[in-house]
Amino acid sequence: MSASGDLASRIADALTNASTDVGVAPDVDALRRVANAHTGKGSVLVGLKSSLGSITDVEARKAAGRAINEALQTLEALVAERLTGLEVAAASAAAAGEAMDLTEHLARRSRGHAHIVTQAWERLEDVFVGMGFKVAEGPEVETDFHNFTALNMPPNHPARSGFDTLFVKYGSPGSTLLRTHTSPVQIRVMQEWDLPIYAVMPGRVFRRDTPDATHMPVFHQIEGLVIDKGITFAHLAGTIEAFTKAFFGSEFSSRLRPNYFPFTEPSAEFDVRSSSGKWIELGGCGMVHPNVLKAGGVDPEVYTGFAFGFGIDRMAKERHNVADLRDMYANDLRFMRQF
Amino acid sequence: MRILRSWLAEYCDLKRLNDDQLGDVMTALGMQVESAEVIGTPVAGVVVARVLRTERHPDAAKVHRVWVDAGDGVEHHVWCGAFNMKPGDLVPLATLGTAMPDGREILRRGILGIDSEGMLCSAAELGLSSDAAGIMIMPEGSSLGRNVFDALGVKRDVVYDLDITRNRPDATGHLGVARDVAAKLGVKFLPPKGDANKKGPARRVPVDIVAKEACARFNVTVMSGITVGPSPDHLSRRVLAAGMRPINNVVDASNLVMLECNQPNHAYDAEKVASGFRIRLATVGETLTTLDGVVRTLDTKDLLICDGDDRAIGIAGVMGGATTEISDTTTEIALETAWFEPNGVRLTSQRLALRTEASARFERGVDALGVDYSIARFASLLRESCPKLVVHSGATDARTRHLPKPANVSLRVARVNQVLGTSLHAREISSLLTRIGFVCTPKKILAKKSSNVPSGPGFSVKVPSWRPDCVDEVDLVEEVARHVGYETLGKRVSQSTQPGGLSPLQQRRRALRDVVLSLGASEAMPSPFLAPGDHERAGVVLESAALELENPLVVEESLLRTSLRPGLLKAIAFNVSHRANGIALYELGHVYRAQTVSGGRSPAGNEVAHDLPDETERLCIMAVGVDASAAVGWWSEITAVFGVGAQVDQSRVPAGYHPTRSATLARGKQVVGYVGEIDRTVLARYGVDERVACLEVDASILLGETPKASIAKPVSRFPSSDFDVAFSVPANVTAATLHRALRQAVGTLGEEVTLFDVFRKAPTDQTRSLAYRVRLRASDRTLTDAEVSTARTAAISAGEKLGCSLRGT
Repeated sequence: MSASGDLASRIADALTNASTDVGVAPDVDALRRVANAHTGKGSVLVGLKSSLGSITDVEARKAAGRAINEALQTLEALVAERLTGLEVAAASAAAAGEAMDLTEHLARRSRGHAHIVTQAWERLEDVFVGMGFKVAEGPEVETDFHNFTALNMPPNHPARSGFDTLFVKYGSPGSTLLRTHTSPVQIRVMQEWDLPIYAVMPGRVFRRDTPDATHMPVFHQIEGLVIDKGITFAHLAGTIEAFTKAFFGSEFSSRLRPNYFPFTEPSAEFDVRSSSGKWIELGGCGMVHPNVLKAGGVDPEVYTGFAFGFGIDRMAKERHNVADLRDMYANDLRFMRQF
Repeated sequence: MRILRSWLAEYCDLKRLNDDQLGDVMTALGMQVESAEVIGTPVAGVVVARVLRTERHPDAAKVHRVWVDAGDGVEHHVWCGAFNMKPGDLVPLATLGTAMPDGREILRRGILGIDSEGMLCSAAELGLSSDAAGIMIMPEGSSLGRNVFDALGVKRDVVYDLDITRNRPDATGHLGVARDVAAKLGVKFLPPKGDANKKGPARRVPVDIVAKEACARFNVTVMSGITVGPSPDHLSRRVLAAGMRPINNVVDASNLVMLECNQPNHAYDAEKVASGFRIRLATVGETLTTLDGVVRTLDTKDLLICDGDDRAIGIAGVMGGATTEISDTTTEIALETAWFEPNGVRLTSQRLALRTEASARFERGVDALGVDYSIARFASLLRESCPKLVVHSGATDARTRHLPKPANVSLRVARVNQVLGTSLHAREISSLLTRIGFVCTPKKILAKKSSNVPSGPGFSVKVPSWRPDCVDEVDLVEEVARHVGYETLGKRVSQSTQPGGLSPLQQRRRALRDVVLSLGASEAMPSPFLAPGDHERAGVVLESAALELENPLVVEESLLRTSLRPGLLKAIAFNVSHRANGIALYELGHVYRAQTVSGGRSPAGNEVAHDLPDETERLCIMAVGVDASAAVGWWSEITAVFGVGAQVDQSRVPAGYHPTRSATLARGKQVVGYVGEIDRTVLARYGVDERVACLEVDASILLGETPKASIAKPVSRFPSSDFDVAFSVPANVTAATLHRALRQAVGTLGEEVTLFDVFRKAPTDQTRSLAYRVRLRASDRTLTDAEVSTARTAAISAGEKLGCSLRGT
């Protein structure tokens, strides 16, 4: 048996023993110990390496050194592989130990629900803002002047009786009221803003009305007002049409038909029609009456304008298919949480 | 207004239009069709029959037996639930197998084992009118067995129910509607001729108009040779179809004139008003029994028609009295045709809650010059049943200077086009207006100073007397628009020349809603009306009186709220009673106080506008089952978003809040809101026994101020050093005080001081342990142990100075 043949078999034996030990190391710490035992100072392979000096043949010595190094590298690779395996196993064991049922979800405070009138209100504002309108506001307790007289309904005007006005005990009798429509804001805007005016005026309005499925004494309207040089009836019709398509959808169209309001002339009712072909009455509109422009301090010989208005509550009612307006004002969380 | 197609067709050619098209034309003219009902469609199998005899059956209380002769030589027996016929009357018999307009089939349905061989019909059952009061009694002369519709000469007709706007008094008469339709169709308008040949000797009834403004015209024309009886069928059917009840030939003629010419009028028994008429205002407390048998108490603003002895015989323009009615034996009538001031009629009719066909017309304004024509029409219509009718000459036609004269209005062609966006020529405009009775005289109109409407062609337009609503140029512009057709005016989008958008306040209002929703509160909208006592019940103390309503519908809605709390508490209580979970509600709405706000703007040159009461926007959030700390948490979340703070002053307990778990939110001297829990005694009144956390705040504090943009500070690149410190804190030291002291003690190195634990040995202990984590950091260096230790010592001695003792060391 030659010295080199003997060395080769000792290397092979050492590698075999080491491989076996690595393979059975149960955990990372044991693996470290095994690795140290087979590749560290006192290990067989390192011992063989230090005995290489006794080989006199240079070539044989080099070959033996290469063989020992290869064995050590093989062993390191085995250790690394085993280490990865053990770590993966340890991680998945740890994960299994902290398994969770993600459907065990405790009820926590959830986001509140905006009133459907507010939702409709904001959607309407957004459409008009996109069309270049600003949003104006005014007081709910109003003067008779702003609510009626300035809107071409002087005291004793027959149209006043149609409004079922609630008067407030303040100032001289009949001078102060809860606004019956958002139109008084038109007057305030004309008086306070610079021309031209492109404004919508959403707000709460009041009528002396017994609540039923389609009427509430307190409800909401949105009013539009445009005053500029060169505004014509065609602009009114075009704006209503643009709004109709933007708010309801491009398959909707609009039409105007003659009606009467004291504050506009010519006056119109506007209807919208869906692709189903059914016309729905939506609101009133018209060219601002010259007397109204004058009351707002605008010269009707220089400026013309149009106005339109409709109910916000009804938009919400139709959109959500609410049968009875009173449901919208019952403040019942079972109702509110649907929207 | 019920308008009959057949009636319109007498005044203009409608052959081109089917029923829907005619409806569309009227709607497009502003006379909106609310409904259209087809009447007079012949029903096959309904024949004329004569009542032979009737008999009650002892076991049937609600029906009786009727035997009729239908001309076929056999007696037919029917059961009938109406009792208005007598032997000899002609009635409609629906024979067996007839399909009735309502879908029923007439079957041999017996009662008490006795068969019924058909059914006697009311006018309503045959679709001839709305009269369902009894079996229809047909005029003599119809041959037995003939189809009832043939026998009556009934033709198919359509009744349109039109919504007539206030500015169209003319359209409450068939003539006015026909004039408009004819003009739109471009066909001839053919009003009927009136015949008032005054043959008889002069008969003058004296008329004294005392109230000259309220009554500007009062015509009394005497007619004789009258036999009171039923109207000819075609007239009574027309009265019925138009929605009124036929009474007799005189009253029917009167009603037909009103439905045709829009001129209400009244026929008196001439004998009963021989003393003449006096038209004056009522005296206080004067009473009158009107035709409907009701005793009316009058006021000094009500206009009365009195006889020559000054006894009230009618309320002018509203309803006549019972004493001067014509009777079956009347042979001479005095016909009143008048013009009453519209507003007066309206106010009287409103005050008496008595709205009649006449008052509805007078209050819109009838044709001041239409009196003669309507008298002539009355005579023509009555002459159909009274061939010997004599219209006496010498009628009294009293007028006062208050009778409106037809207006003359200047109309500029350029103004029409400026408003409508059209390019109509003068000729087109005058042609449109002339067809509906306006008389246009061309003239050149010079531009007004500083007007955008240039000088140019125009008209002096004489307004017809039946259109009292047209007083301004723009009224004529509307007439042009109506007749040229709204749909032809085009659709152009107005191009806003300015950027649109929400104001900063409106943007912040949306942000506020978003924050509140994210806190879990849903939006309630309680009524802003309260009952007396509602504020007190909610624990709200009124600093100044709540605004009262002058005319509330019910006393429960007679006050305007000064606080959002009463409404939200009610909503909370409602949801608690329905056992809702996680109740959290908010409202963002207005409250009102009787006190005046200064700075209310007065519109230029108008003294009518005035200051308004104080109206502010407030936010209130309430949640059930959580304590005051939740409400403070909401407030800190809101202040963090809006960058607006307020002092939480627990020394001032707000009214209606928990005495030891609430605070006033103050900014300097200004109270801006309240936070905490609702007082338990208040909650008890609402039946709520859980805790209710509440935050209410003046929204203008949050929305009204534009927050300054924060200026960026560089973030330190050096590590922080933390230490914890816990104190045992006596009741008289608030966490906020201790927090402030700690911050001060650690000085500029202190980056954060955070309260992270509160501990009480027993829940009722007032002394508690508060633990803080202090994070120190410098912007330019890593802190040394010595610096940290100095800061810690300073923090501890600051706490101890307040009377707190260090724990845990």
